[in-house]
Amino acid sequence: MSSNYISGAEIVIRCLHEEKVKFVFGYPGGAVLNIYDAVFQQNKFKHILVRHEQAAVHAADGYSRSTGKVGVALVTSGPGATNAVTGIATAYMDSIPLVIISGQVPTFAIGQDAFQECDTVGITRPCVKHNFLVKDIKDIASTMKKAFYVASSGRPGPVLVDIPKDITAEKCDFSYPKSIHLRSYNPIIKGHSGQIKKALSLLLNAKRPMVYSGGGVVLGNASAQLTKFVRAIGYPVTSTLMGLGGFPASDKQFLGMLGMHGTYEANMAMQECDVLLAVGARFDDRVIGNPEHFLSKPKTIIHIDIDPSSISKRVKIDIPIVGDVISVLIELNDLLSKEKTKQNASRKDWFKDINQWRSMNCLNFKNDKKLIKPQFVIQSLYKVTKGDAFITSDVGQHQMWAAQYYPFNKPRRWINSGGLGTMGVGLPYAMGAQLAFPDEKIACVTGEASIQMCIQELSTCKQFHLPIKIINLNNRYMGMVRQWQEFFYENRYAESYMDALPDFVKLAESYGHIGMKIEKPSDVEPALKEAFSQKLKERLVFMDFITDQKENVFPMIPNGKGLSEMITAEEL
Amino acid sequence: MRHIISLLMENESGALSRVSGLFSARGYNIESLTVAPTEDATLSRMTIVTSGSDEIIEQIIKQLNKLIDVVKVLDLNDGRFIERELMIVKVKANAQYRDEMKRMCDIFRGRIIDVSDNSFTIEITGSSSKLDAYIESIDKAAILETVRTGASGIGRGERILKV
Repeated sequence: MSSNYISGAEIVIRCLHEEKVKFVFGYPGGAVLNIYDAVFQQNKFKHILVRHEQAAVHAADGYSRSTGKVGVALVTSGPGATNAVTGIATAYMDSIPLVIISGQVPTFAIGQDAFQECDTVGITRPCVKHNFLVKDIKDIASTMKKAFYVASSGRPGPVLVDIPKDITAEKCDFSYPKSIHLRSYNPIIKGHSGQIKKALSLLLNAKRPMVYSGGGVVLGNASAQLTKFVRAIGYPVTSTLMGLGGFPASDKQFLGMLGMHGTYEANMAMQECDVLLAVGARFDDRVIGNPEHFLSKPKTIIHIDIDPSSISKRVKIDIPIVGDVISVLIELNDLLSKEKTKQNASRKDWFKDINQWRSMNCLNFKNDKKLIKPQFVIQSLYKVTKGDAFITSDVGQHQMWAAQYYPFNKPRRWINSGGLGTMGVGLPYAMGAQLAFPDEKIACVTGEASIQMCIQELSTCKQFHLPIKIINLNNRYMGMVRQWQEFFYENRYAESYMDALPDFVKLAESYGHIGMKIEKPSDVEPALKEAFSQKLKERLVFMDFITDQKENVFPMIPNGKGLSEMITAEEL
Repeated sequence: MRHIISLLMENESGALSRVSGLFSARGYNIESLTVAPTEDATLSRMTIVTSGSDEIIEQIIKQLNKLIDVVKVLDLNDGRFIERELMIVKVKANAQYRDEMKRMCDIFRGRIIDVSDNSFTIEITGSSSKLDAYIESIDKAAILETVRTGASGIGRGERILKV
């Protein structure tokens, strides 16, 4: 492929080379056969053959979340594209940069209800940052360049490029644009200096200041700057589910995660503060609950976000700062370093309040001698991995326990579906992360319901030798559904019991992996130690922990209630 | 409150559905939407008439700006502007209605653009409310057919929406 007069398929591949793509997650099919033929004849990136297109996108997403690079997926037309939609929507909700290449039926067949035809651009439009249908071979290179640029700049997101089959067979001269300018797309990077000054002065004069950090800090690689700022100013800080790891969780100033299953101290401090600095967060329903209740305690809110539409969407913002969080935080840090910070004496009362809330020890749980408590499994996982693993999770109770009981001190170590809440992401996320970091420990915390939504990927893990450790918290229930049914539907457990479960040990073994079943609390730590031992370093271990069926996630803010209206474990 | 939003966007296939999809996906009202290429064929100009609280209108503007194909957005209600809509109405013009219809057409400064033994086809331009007023003013039984373009708008004086 040294000549520049090449096929559309080869152009696609050359574009991926130009973008220095290391992995493409995909699944072949009729409309992408030309592209796959070109994949076959190159070795600059590795193609990871998944077992379902949904997992291709999730794995690319997991790769992106763990590395910060653009994830790439390749799927065929029709069902290939529709299978990918869940993955795309998941990435879109969490602002993950992806480029998804989908095959399309030949241009002359579009609209004819051809075999494996669907309106991919139409179907994906509401869940992509942008998408393209390439109708001319001459446009492939510039479209790919735009796709990578749009996906990774501003507020990131997935971009889909739909390429009809005939275009991939034609030939033309290839040249990859060095840079691209879109007159209609100019994300704002630098925050307004006047607003930043105003924000700092408000913060310095606050009596009950609070910092609320979100996924934007992780995505914007701004953890170091946030940490520097928060430590210098000495204020308490909380984080959303997506922002965990953006500020070291073991730091004294960290109050834990906030929101529906946030800590008592984080939620109370968020509610009672007088000046709030929100950084790359979006005040969503799972985070602040009822917005009217949230604002019933008057507070001045400063919001830093790269996306203007995130500002004043659910909550009216007093000081909006549109910009890349890292650049705004750098400016804030500069200003703060010139300030002769005078400790405001009245703030002592604020810290006293916080310490009192903290003393409730809201994450305390009763361990049991006979039944394995799921929280205990996560704590043991933390201990055995020394808090330094990449943890992916699926969606449900296990996800919340992982977020609560595995303190993350580094960004991009906690990988889960926050916005869309997609069950089944855990294993493919772990695949993406393990490929990116072959020598790191990767654990997928999941449940017996979630894991079955992408269980076929155990086969992919075998093919590519991915030594993921699967922590299956098996309570024989869709735990979070069961919890809501217990609290709000008078224990009518409608369809939330997972009947006819497979023998996960045998299942793992049939895929060529190692299976373990752990039924006693005293076996938890030894089993984890074995799974993470040097001996099993190269192997995927599926650990089926049989846990307490009735355990619930606390604290909890019931749907539609306010931050200070938590139910704690002690109240029940 | 009713707002008229003007925007310039790349004249590409699917651009219209990005805008209409945004309104339906986020539950925003849409009273009318008109679109046509500008003097620069690579750009389309769209006029959207919508309604909502100040917060909703602010979100609509932000969400429109977020669409990759959208080059510029202007809320005409932020300043002085002119609004025009074209309506073509076919009304009965038999012996009973003929004089009345001619008179009403003149009052509303419309033009009769087609005549038959029993009907007039009348063209009227003006703000949407003027067109509504015309419809209110004539006998409903006389209306055979109406077609409206939806509102277009432009800022007054130095207020210019251009790339």
